[in-house]
Amino acid sequence: MTTDATRSVVIEREMPFPPEKIWRALTDGVLMKQWLMDNDFQPVVGKRFNFRATPMPRWNGVIDCEVQVVEANRTLSYSWSSLGVNSVVVWTLSATTGGTMVRMEQSGFRADQQANYDGASYGWSQFIGGLERIIAGLR
Amino acid sequence: MPTAPDAVFRSLADPTRRALFERLSRDGEQTVRRLTDNAGVSQPAVSKHLRVLKLAGLVRARHRGRQTHYAAQPRALAPLVDWMSFYSSFWHDRFDRLEGLLTRMDP
Repeated sequence: MTTDATRSVVIEREMPFPPEKIWRALTDGVLMKQWLMDNDFQPVVGKRFNFRATPMPRWNGVIDCEVQVVEANRTLSYSWSSLGVNSVVVWTLSATTGGTMVRMEQSGFRADQQANYDGASYGWSQFIGGLERIIAGLR
Repeated sequence: MPTAPDAVFRSLADPTRRALFERLSRDGEQTVRRLTDNAGVSQPAVSKHLRVLKLAGLVRARHRGRQTHYAAQPRALAPLVDWMSFYSSFWHDRFDRLEGLLTRMDP
């Protein structure tokens, strides 16, 4: 498994709120802390910032990020690096009749970074579950 | 730095090594002697297991005087973690929280 192919996680949800309001929740550090994580984000391209999760043994809980795209009320993107996995998060807002389609794509996962185990056949699932909590500390 | 998943798996397939690694992850850096006290196997056996863990990148050794201190390197587990399913459930949860916050926010 040494392919360079990358994969992404995409989540889309229509929310009954205008794009401007959602944009505020996505880009105001105080609001971001309430639904995402503690941070020192600023909506300025090139700004480096951190998300801070609860520290765990052997992991300080820090996610390193850099703002890549800021198009008010439309597109927000930042890099997202933690524990050796480098990815990019892109938020896209599109107005709909009932509110806003919110799309989040986190991309950059390499094929060799995902699911390299067969939980059932190895009897690993429980063990891996515990390890994920140890290293991730994100819930 | 990145270790082949196979090497990581093989080294953790042994229950004694797994217990040693989990203990180091939980309790922080320790000497071979302290690890031996609770391992239920001899000190040479513990040292041998630690060498295997070290080759897989799962532990780091630090020599101080005549003692060797071992510490867990959880980063080596990264190849084992299913990051996509982890982040998928993470973001689903955060979408719920985002929507909850929007409901509470002033217009």
